[in-house]
Amino acid sequence: MSQRIADCFELAKKAGRKVLIPFITAGDPDPGWTVAVMHALAGAGADLIELGVPFSDPMADGPVIQLASERAIEKHVTLGTVLEMVKLFRQTDTDTPVVLMGYMNPVERYGNKRFPDHATIAGVDGLLLVDCPPQERDDLGVAMNDVGLDGICLVTPTTTRERVKDIAGVANGFIYYVSLKGITGAGQLDSSELREPIQQIREFSQLPVAVGFGIKNAEMAVNVAAHSDAVVMGSALVEALSVAKNSEEACSVATAFVAPVRESLDNMG
Amino acid sequence: MTENQPGLPDKRGHFGEFGGQFVSETLMHALDELQQAYGHWRKDEEFVQRMDEDLANYVGRPSPIYYAQRYSEAAAGAKIYLKREDLNHTGAHKINNTMGQGLLARYMGKKRVIAETGAGQHGVATATVAARLNQSCRVYMGDVDIQRQAINVFRMRLLGAEVTGVSAGSATLKDALNEAMRDWVGNVDDTFYIIGTVAGPHPYPEMVRDFNAVVGREARRQMLKLCDSLPDALVACVGGGSNAMGLFHPFLEDKNVKMFGVEAAGHGLESGQHAASLCAGRPGVLHGCRTYLLDDDAGQIRHTHSISAGLDYPGVGPEHAWLKETGRADYVAVTDEEALRAFHQLTRLEGIMPALESSHALAYGFKLAAGMRPDQRVLINLSGRGDKDVQTVAEIEGLSL
Ligand SMILES: Cc1ncc(COP(=O)(O)O)c(C=O)c1O
Repeated sequence: MSQRIADCFELAKKAGRKVLIPFITAGDPDPGWTVAVMHALAGAGADLIELGVPFSDPMADGPVIQLASERAIEKHVTLGTVLEMVKLFRQTDTDTPVVLMGYMNPVERYGNKRFPDHATIAGVDGLLLVDCPPQERDDLGVAMNDVGLDGICLVTPTTTRERVKDIAGVANGFIYYVSLKGITGAGQLDSSELREPIQQIREFSQLPVAVGFGIKNAEMAVNVAAHSDAVVMGSALVEALSVAKNSEEACSVATAFVAPVRESLDNMG
Repeated sequence: MTENQPGLPDKRGHFGEFGGQFVSETLMHALDELQQAYGHWRKDEEFVQRMDEDLANYVGRPSPIYYAQRYSEAAAGAKIYLKREDLNHTGAHKINNTMGQGLLARYMGKKRVIAETGAGQHGVATATVAARLNQSCRVYMGDVDIQRQAINVFRMRLLGAEVTGVSAGSATLKDALNEAMRDWVGNVDDTFYIIGTVAGPHPYPEMVRDFNAVVGREARRQMLKLCDSLPDALVACVGGGSNAMGLFHPFLEDKNVKMFGVEAAGHGLESGQHAASLCAGRPGVLHGCRTYLLDDDAGQIRHTHSISAGLDYPGVGPEHAWLKETGRADYVAVTDEEALRAFHQLTRLEGIMPALESSHALAYGFKLAAGMRPDQRVLINLSGRGDKDVQTVAEIEGLSL
């Protein structure tokens, strides 16, 4: 179990604060800027950072994150590079949890036993593999448990009650509720439909619940946060970052994106 | 239709370490639902009867076994027999599977079907079945393939399907599959995803195999009747592996029958420009299953090359990975040039124009036969006809039609 993730949610809970989780694709728009952007995000009020690991075939991602992934791969970003970025980030930020989000094959190629070890040494706290449901984790799952790398699990609108229960039994860190039937960056999210599924998760799990997919602005974040402990914002931020021309600009974009969301979340009634 | 098939995959869809369900959580329920529906309907008398009738009267089964005498004489070794899947309605084995899945979609009450396609054969076979069953149909196809298989694109549109181009990645079959998955994730309630080969998450590898196993069951019967013995070797091309698996599976227990899956060596395995995941790849996870695939050291899936769009795929069905691992089947590869030569040779010697995919099997089968005795027999799966490839062949030879 990751202490940093547990502390992050514990602290927020005590302060009556919603956890804000921005997602960026590691290495996009430029590998040299990612660590600076992570610091900017944390500085502007992000509580936990989700770092997307680029993959050539991102089956669960919409066009925005697909393109970000393609750009990062063109710049030779690998899972190894991503670990280097986290290591660098940790030199000056030892509090903000970092969760890697990506797909199975790069992890498998790195080594299902070797990766969790190297990841925790670098300072990674959790791993969310979109195309690896808990029942397929096998040796990777064992290795993650051994070193205390949290396996973040997804629950979606199509997940049956039975399965929510199973997932709750193996999840750690927090549970990520996918707010819509679709890929990242898709369609319209109806926050009124969040109440029941989140209640169902809470029936089976004490873990905090984060909601993501389709949250594009502060207003939506507030509506979602009314039901959850945390909100994840990805595609809208990745898109905003994509036009930045240099590291400073990328950092200003990140700050300008996160700060108003932070403010709105903190002013929720 | 499907006889009771013992053995693999196990309940979770694993063939040894291969297979499984590596998909996003949103699809888990849909896969469970599909698994249950397939498990139920495959044993339903009415469903089975309907399937058998459609295969007979609509697809035109059984497809003949043809003794290719002149082709055999040229090889000057074993006798070469062809399983004529090219004579099926729509011109390839693909319809065996789309008939099954289309019907299953109907029984499950899904009114919309989607598919990915490479050569366009699976797209056409899906569009055909959708037209007949009055289902709305969208086919995803890489932009590169849309160009090299223009005739099939037009056929799909004539059949009422919407063909959506995919420009991401290498703009070929793998990218079309990604896009179809994304569609399915977003429309999982009313949509049935008809996967075109024995890849993807469980239960697809098993289901697509079962629907294509009619090829092997017929062939086994036909060879026994025709020659009083089973063939010494089976040869089939392997893209995702459905025509090969369909032929191989009913022969798995016949230990004296050798099996050869033929992959696309493109410009040669050493060139790096090929699509031979079993011959030159390693285990990994792609498109919902653990299998052999082509990737780089960072685990990114590599772009592939083959003259034939239907073989131009960086993965392969997990059961083939298993058959390779256990040594039950051998996997070999044939270059663009060899396949092209076989295409011409069969056309000129037998008056049968094979698909470029099938031409890979022919090229290897010919070589194999040449090294065997005259009293031996090689059965090659002629998975499809070559009409769709005429333009590609003309272009290579510098002709414009
Ligand atoms: C005629 C023909 N043969 C073979 C294939 C390869 O697919 P599989 O390996 O699933 O049989 C295709 C695919 O489009 C095809 O059209």
